[in-house]
Amino acid sequence: MVINVGPQHPSTHGVLRLILTLDGEQIVACEPVIGYLHRGLEKMMERRPYRHNIPFTDRLDYLAALSNNLGICQCIERLGGVEVPERAQYIRVLLMELQRIASHLVFLGTFGTDLGATTMFLYAFREREMVLDLLEECTGARLTYNWVRVGGVPDDLPEGFGQKVLDFAKLFRQRIEEYDMLLTRNRIFRSRTQGVGVLPKETALAYGCSGPVARASGIPYDIRKVAPYEVYDRVEFDVPVFEDGDVWARYLVRMEELRQSLRIIEQVLRDMPDGPVQTKLPKIFKPPAGIAYSRVESPRGELSFMMVSDGSPNPVRVHIRAPSFVNLSVLPRLLEGAKVADLVAILGSIDVVLGEIDR
Amino acid sequence: MIEAITQFFKQYPLLWTFVKAVVLASFTLVIPLAVIYVERKIAGFIQSRLGPLHVGPQGAFQTAADALKLLLKEDIVPEGADKRFFYLAPYIAFISTVLCFMVLPFAPGWVALEMNVAVLFIIGVSLFNVVSILMAGWSSNNKYSLLGGLRAVAQLLSYEIPMVLSVLAVVFYTGSLSLTGIIEYQVKHGWNIWHPPIMIAALIYFICALAEINRTPFDLPEAESELVSGFNTEYSGMRFAFFFASEFANNFFITAFAAALFFGGWDGPVLPPIVWTFLKVFVMIFVFMWVRWTPPRLRIDQILRFAWQLLVPISLANLLFAIALGVR
Repeated sequence: MVINVGPQHPSTHGVLRLILTLDGEQIVACEPVIGYLHRGLEKMMERRPYRHNIPFTDRLDYLAALSNNLGICQCIERLGGVEVPERAQYIRVLLMELQRIASHLVFLGTFGTDLGATTMFLYAFREREMVLDLLEECTGARLTYNWVRVGGVPDDLPEGFGQKVLDFAKLFRQRIEEYDMLLTRNRIFRSRTQGVGVLPKETALAYGCSGPVARASGIPYDIRKVAPYEVYDRVEFDVPVFEDGDVWARYLVRMEELRQSLRIIEQVLRDMPDGPVQTKLPKIFKPPAGIAYSRVESPRGELSFMMVSDGSPNPVRVHIRAPSFVNLSVLPRLLEGAKVADLVAILGSIDVVLGEIDR
Repeated sequence: MIEAITQFFKQYPLLWTFVKAVVLASFTLVIPLAVIYVERKIAGFIQSRLGPLHVGPQGAFQTAADALKLLLKEDIVPEGADKRFFYLAPYIAFISTVLCFMVLPFAPGWVALEMNVAVLFIIGVSLFNVVSILMAGWSSNNKYSLLGGLRAVAQLLSYEIPMVLSVLAVVFYTGSLSLTGIIEYQVKHGWNIWHPPIMIAALIYFICALAEINRTPFDLPEAESELVSGFNTEYSGMRFAFFFASEFANNFFITAFAAALFFGGWDGPVLPPIVWTFLKVFVMIFVFMWVRWTPPRLRIDQILRFAWQLLVPISLANLLFAIALGVR
């Protein structure tokens, strides 16, 4: 039996379509169909001056818009050799980690709903709301922030922001305990996730998986550690790595990353120096001819931008390496032989965002 | 006053039967409104939100408004559906629920039809529900519905067995197949729940009841996130309302049945018997909802393994235990 999951389906997290071949409740083959959200962003970027492209990146991975902003800004900075003031770097790291928490909370909530624990959804979104309120206070937006600029950030943090973030961090540590009680220590949750959708280390490497998906398969690969950017080399944090490669491990990696993000946030707020937050740049920004490549660790994995310049105000070519796209490509391998009911668990655990897959 | 009315109707048996049927059917339609409202409020409480607020005081009329909306909606029959079965399925579900209520005693004498094999009757009639789900899933001409229907049948049949075995334990223990008889036994000898074999039976009954009314750890037949709500995907308007109503009425019934079997039915001090029945039912409904909104759902193979490898052997052993300890 062939069934069609999506593009309108409650559990495909966007407009992903999967053509499943079933044998009873067993999945024999899976063919993902993507492209429903294609907007031609890479081509559009070639028609605009460098800095006008930053708002586009908000629409890539819309759950982690700030990571995308940072990715493209780093790329342009490398192309033009722009220095970023120290305080701006600290602010960037602070915002990135808040963004990571918000993004992982969406994962937690939707993953819970996919497995039938609807209450987790509301708990996770309750806390995400607090992060969004913080980000709104700082950036003025709740989803498409557009808050990183070439050469820094547009403005300093609002007054008393640090204290609010610390209050949130304190509360959030207790809330993570609550999630552990609701899901991590739940027998049913474990039996739904342990040993399901196992991604072996070799396969993960062969497909080029990154982010929590790779780290759950025993690959200690985190851009923040292997190629530190901004001030990530000055803060202490651990990269959680699990060997099992199943849905359960992917869940645990993200839970642990929530805690590590809090650690980073607290250190950043402690060490943040005073000073300017932006480098002055000419009105018309023309980087010298050349190629630049940048990579950041977005909540979903290795997010890279490549830009080619010929000395004109517009880039000649832009390429985006979207982590979700690469991670999704492993889905047919994971689904072979799985049960229909495991489909949502496995797909949810990869945590794809269709905005950056289809760009 | 009530006495006079009943006396009047009892002179005309046919009319009396008709009145009882109408009252029962409307009760089965009205009780879901209350249960759904309670469910929404409890879900809100557990999920740290408010639930319905705006229609009526504290949103009390929200479900009534929703029911009205469903009544007024267009009745859509999908192309290629097996029309006869598609039309029939929701009514069979509803009728099976009404028939269950028919033999349920709410208070001494408050029973539509006093039947000396009421327990047997309920077990038989409630299985019609499975038929209706299979009919709905099959006739919808939708693969999701079909999968949902098949899952539902596999699950309901598997859990029917330990459930019946645990109910039989009560029957053997009290020596009666009539619900009134079982309750009267408990009025004399104390509630069944305090007796060891029945305690285990009650626990098994509780687990099976969760599965029977498709509540969360076992809500596979309508797994929203996988099967897009399963067997009733293609239903809309009034037909959907009937499925929905029968599900929540079933929820009420299954707890009322448990109250009669294990918690002494209408038995209780001070308050009138009818209040005790409803009190017990709603306390149990609260527990059901509490469970529903907490854990995730199991997978179909895990559910079936749990039923056949754990519940069936335990309930069989427990049945022997109950027979050995039974009074007669």
